[in-house]
Amino acid sequence: MAPRPCAVLGIGQTKYKRRRDELTLDGLVREAVLRALEDAGATFEDIDAIVIGKAPDALEGVMMPLLSLADALGAVGKPIHRVHTAGSVGASTAISAVNLVESGMYDTVLTVAYEKQSEGNATWALSGGKSGGQGAGGTFAPWIRNYIARSKAPEHIGWMVAVKDRLNALKNEYAHLHLPDISIEKVRESPMLWDPLHFLESCPSSDGAAAMVLGNDDVARKSGRPPAWVISHAKRTEFGQFPGRDTVRPRAGVECSEVLYRKAGITNPREQIDCAELYVPFSWYEPMWLEGHLIAPEGEGWKMTDDGDTELGGSFPVNMSGGVLSSNPIGASGMIRCLEAASQVRGTAGEYQVPGARIAIGHAYGGAAQYYAMWMVSSELNPEL
Amino acid sequence: MVSLAEDVAIVAFEQTPSHARFNDSEQAMIMPCVNSVIEQVGMDRHDIDFTIAGSCDYLSGMPFAFVMNIDAVGAWPPVYESHVEMDGAWALFEGFVRLQSGDIDTVLVSGSGKCSPGSYREAFSLQTDPYVHAPLGLDPRTQAGFQAQALIAAGKATERDFAEVVVRSHANAKNNPYAQLSGDLSVDELLAEPYVQQPLRRLDCPPTSDGAAAMVIARADKARELCDNPVWIRGIDHRIESHHPTLRDLTDSPSVRIAAERVGLHDGPVDVAELTVTYSPEEIVLRDSLSLNGDTDVNLSGGPLTGSPFMAVGLTRVIELARSIRNGRGRRGVAHASSGPALQQNLLCVLEGDS
Repeated sequence: MAPRPCAVLGIGQTKYKRRRDELTLDGLVREAVLRALEDAGATFEDIDAIVIGKAPDALEGVMMPLLSLADALGAVGKPIHRVHTAGSVGASTAISAVNLVESGMYDTVLTVAYEKQSEGNATWALSGGKSGGQGAGGTFAPWIRNYIARSKAPEHIGWMVAVKDRLNALKNEYAHLHLPDISIEKVRESPMLWDPLHFLESCPSSDGAAAMVLGNDDVARKSGRPPAWVISHAKRTEFGQFPGRDTVRPRAGVECSEVLYRKAGITNPREQIDCAELYVPFSWYEPMWLEGHLIAPEGEGWKMTDDGDTELGGSFPVNMSGGVLSSNPIGASGMIRCLEAASQVRGTAGEYQVPGARIAIGHAYGGAAQYYAMWMVSSELNPEL
Repeated sequence: MVSLAEDVAIVAFEQTPSHARFNDSEQAMIMPCVNSVIEQVGMDRHDIDFTIAGSCDYLSGMPFAFVMNIDAVGAWPPVYESHVEMDGAWALFEGFVRLQSGDIDTVLVSGSGKCSPGSYREAFSLQTDPYVHAPLGLDPRTQAGFQAQALIAAGKATERDFAEVVVRSHANAKNNPYAQLSGDLSVDELLAEPYVQQPLRRLDCPPTSDGAAAMVIARADKARELCDNPVWIRGIDHRIESHHPTLRDLTDSPSVRIAAERVGLHDGPVDVAELTVTYSPEEIVLRDSLSLNGDTDVNLSGGPLTGSPFMAVGLTRVIELARSIRNGRGRRGVAHASSGPALQQNLLCVLEGDS
């Protein structure tokens, strides 16, 4: 049997913010879920199964939170399961939900991801629970320096990404950071955190949740909502450390995109894909992923940034929503990339809509840049390429 | 009953013994299981299409602990894999669902957990909602005590019934080389022991255990190619109940009843049942909700009361059932996994031998 076609039929997001003190965890996930149901024209009764994801439980100190969230998620009497694949989890969770629909066993599936980082200490958790750890920036900075050395990219590239994503975020009401006076100078003069990453080249720490309603082709037809068909998805994992590992252009990332493109019949991603939501928690990861996911030739990703190709209005817009640099509830960040890609091909992205977007990708990575999860969505089930 | 697009079978399985304390890493428990199942199917591990694991960071006491477990599976060249923060039985669920799409043939499933380094009661008390229950220390054993008391109050069971579950479990475990506890106990002696959580006594509760389990499942054609005696997965379903004990009838399990319907449990004989009886009163609830009668052998392995490596224990039930079917103890049966306090979430998997 071929996989059953699967479409995104509803999208919901919370406002992302440093602290959502006014909400419990239940309230946070419910805010996103109710919006996704409303967008899909559905109710909890229509949901056959739920897939939930988030980064480590230690971020909030609640073990296996699907148990305590079951009531708020309308899960009672239904299947619910929990995915955890480090930073890529938001996208892997969405892909697990797609698997449920593609299996033919479940017609309509709700997927949700969240993080309430204000309840814990993310840098502690991201250091494997060790105090005084290096955090994510400390892990990635040496690899970024290696990228700069290899590609001979000028140092302003990182600053440009930091400015571009924050300007995009001004068009997105849900974005955490709204920095209207952001500028290259401000980024350059902000404190150095992990050379070459300045404070303003780094993602914030956010509270927030994101949700989607997915349905098969019958459900999509009946819903009357604009579908974003999931025409391809892929995941790849490799070890985090071993001699000779290419940490700038990890093989798992390259192979993940190769599989993603092959399944969709994409032969020239730069031309055939209209826009991308890439997981860029630190500015330099934009050019690194453009290369690492085969959108730009090796050593030339930074030129796309430099030429303005990745801006809204450019030839290959990246992170139209403002990206992880503007909102980062860790466990949800990958799902946000996936749903923002879906929003583009549904034509519902409002002020940051890429005109006529037909094919878009959502992407996330995690661990020591070792977990990859990507999906490709289209306004058509079988788009002409 | 749900109609399935693809027939899927278990073609290889392995488990560690249930260790009171395994003095090495979690990976060192998983790796022999993974190596064994790979060897049983005679495949190159790189030819496995998809890998999925179940484990729990909190038991390991470290965020991202699961990342190290891929050392035991192998991830170079890169692999297509995923992880659930749940018992390995839910990894099996996702692996089974993935095979239904029909575009891949084989899935490697594992589950692992080490309870011995910490206090699992303290860790599991963090499963409860963080605003009301967790500050009260409402850990799983406390809630198991509520469940036991509710059964007694409803006239559905007595403390003697709980003791009989313990006696039978320990006696069955004498034939199980993987069991941690086993032996001949007497109901009267058990009833003379003090309570640890009234009305529960020490052996009504599980031991602290470390362990791992792994299996390979495959689509029909591949299954026959890989193995002479595949064990077919006829259905798998899981359901959750309210988190709030006061909103539940703790003497019943509506989630099990729904799952039983969905997997077509009684569309054929149920010769053997392997149930995640973490606390002895749960067997009373499960037998009733599964509508099991005297024709079904329950927990021939001894079950979790004789070895309970959390995160592997549910997947191990599926393995024990598959072993019973291969050994001719029955042709068809059901395995059950559970998550959360007082059987909040339940998974059923119906297995059948090759015809």
